[in-house]
Amino acid sequence: MVNQDLTPKAVIETKNVWVSYDAQTVLEDINLTVNETDFIGLIGPNGGGKTTLLKALLGLIKPTSGEIRIMGKTVAEGRCYMGYVPQHIEFDRQFPIRVWEVVQMGLLGCRKPFAPLSSAEREVIQYALEQVEMDNLSQRAIGELSGGQRQRVYIARALVSNPQILLLDEPTASVDPQVAGNIYELLRRINQTVTIVMVSHDMNAVSSYVKTIGCLNRKLHYHGSKEVSKDMMEAIYECPIDLIAHGLPHRVLSSHESEGEKHA
Amino acid sequence: MLEIFQYGFMRNALAAGVLVSIACGIIGTYVVINRIVFLSGGIAHAAYGGIGLGYYLGINPVLGAIIFSIASSLGMGMVHRKTGQRSDTIIGVMWAIGMAIGIIFLDMSPGYKADLMTYLFGSILAVPASDLVIMLVLNVIIISLVSLFYRQLQAISFDETFAFVVNVPVDRLYLMLVCLIGLTVVMTMRIVGLIMVIALMTMPPAIAGLFVKDMKRMMALSVLLSVLFSFTGLMLSYYLNLTSGATIILVAGVAYLISFLIQKSRQKRKAEANLQSAN
Repeated sequence: MVNQDLTPKAVIETKNVWVSYDAQTVLEDINLTVNETDFIGLIGPNGGGKTTLLKALLGLIKPTSGEIRIMGKTVAEGRCYMGYVPQHIEFDRQFPIRVWEVVQMGLLGCRKPFAPLSSAEREVIQYALEQVEMDNLSQRAIGELSGGQRQRVYIARALVSNPQILLLDEPTASVDPQVAGNIYELLRRINQTVTIVMVSHDMNAVSSYVKTIGCLNRKLHYHGSKEVSKDMMEAIYECPIDLIAHGLPHRVLSSHESEGEKHA
Repeated sequence: MLEIFQYGFMRNALAAGVLVSIACGIIGTYVVINRIVFLSGGIAHAAYGGIGLGYYLGINPVLGAIIFSIASSLGMGMVHRKTGQRSDTIIGVMWAIGMAIGIIFLDMSPGYKADLMTYLFGSILAVPASDLVIMLVLNVIIISLVSLFYRQLQAISFDETFAFVVNVPVDRLYLMLVCLIGLTVVMTMRIVGLIMVIALMTMPPAIAGLFVKDMKRMMALSVLLSVLFSFTGLMLSYYLNLTSGATIILVAGVAYLISFLIQKSRQKRKAEANLQSAN
C-alpha cells in the first residue's frame, strides 16, 4: 500500500498535445499526467478548451499533434476503462427510451452485441441506479425526468461499465444547489476507487470537493495541488467574476498580489 | 363487405398492406426519432432513378429501385454523417439528380410505359404474387437486423456521441439503418407510390409517439396503425372509386390531425388539473 502511494500509477498521460479547429489553436502543448484516484477539477474561461480536452481524451477529437495514452493504451482501447458524463445536452424530450435503457447504453461497448442481458449485467445496472438513487424511476421515460434526475441517470450510465476513470463535463450545470451537493458527495464516495477528472464552472464545488485544481486557457496550468497559483490566476483572469462573486475561500489562493495589481 | 375478398387481387392487396405496414412501422419509428424524414424522402425520390434504369435495361423496375435505393441510401447517409450542418442541401441535390436520371433513362427506353404511374402514385391493387415474395424477404431482413441490433440502434439514435465513446460502431450501424430505410422505401412504393412513401413511413410512428414512450411499443403501435390506415384507405378507394395510394395517405393524415388534437386537449386538461391541485 505504502509503495503504491509513493509511486502513483498514471492512468491518463498526454504528451505535447495540440488541438486546433481550422486555423485556431484551442489547446497548446498540453502535458498532463493523471494518477490513480486523483480528483482533478478543471477550471478556466469559456472557450478555454476544457470540453475540448475531455473530447480529446475520449477520442471524439483527434489532436493535431501529440500523444494521449489511457491506462497505457491508445484512446480507442483505453476508453473502455473510462466513464463519461457529457455536458447538459439538448435532446428530444419525446424520445422513446426508458431510464433503464439509457443506463444500459454504458454496457454496450465491451460486450457481445447480440447476447441478451445476463443477470449479472442486470444487477450492475440496478446497482448503478441505486448509487444515484434513481432505481425507483428506472421504468420512466427519460423525457419525464427533471434536469437533476437526468444528470444522475447519466452518471449511472457512466458508472455501469465499472470504469477506472470518470470524466465529467459540468455535471451540475443544470441542477439546483442541493442536488449538486448530492452529486458531489456521490463523486467523493466513488473517488475512493475511481479516478475523476471534472470540468466545472462551480468554484465552490471545485474548491471543496476536488483534490487538485487545474486551470485551462489554451495552456494547462496544473501543479498537482489544490492551490490556485499566480499563473493560474492570470490564466483565468478573463473571468474574474466567478472567482470573486462566489467568495472563493482564501486558502485556495496562494497570493493576492496579482489580484490586487490587476484591480488597482 | 366481405365479398371483395373473393378477388385474388384484393387478397394480394391486403397481404401487401400488412407486409408493408410491418416494415413501415418499425423503420418509420427510427426515421421519426432520428429526425431524418428529409433524408428518407430523398432516398424515396432518388429511387426513381432505379425505376428508369430497370426500364432501360429491361429488368424488373423493382430490382432497379432496390439497387438505386441502397446506393442513394449509402451516399446520402455518408453525406449526412460527414458534412454536418449543410448536409440537407447536398441531400436535396441528390434527391433531384436521382429523379432526373430516372426520367432520362425512361426517355431513352423504347415502348409504352403503362405502369409508370404505379411507381409514382402506387397501386396496391396491382401487386403481383412475386412482389409479395420480395416484400416477405425484405421484411425478414429488416426484422432480423433490427432485433439483433435493437440496443445499439436505440443508443446511436438517442446519443450517438456517447455510443461512439463506448466503442459502438456508430458509422456502420448508421449506414445499415439508412439501407434498411432504402429497402422499406422500395416496398412502400408499391402501395402509395414513391411521392407519398415518406408520409406512410412517418405518420403512424408520429401518432404512436404521441401516446407511448417506449420504443418497442411505439413500433408495435405504428405497425397496427399502418395496417388500419391501409385497410381503411383500400376499402374507401374501392367503394368510392378513388386512387388507393392517395386515399390511404389521406386516411392517415386525418388520423394524425385527430390524434394531435386529442393530445393537445389532454395536455390542456392535465395542465388545468395541475393548476387546480396547486390552488
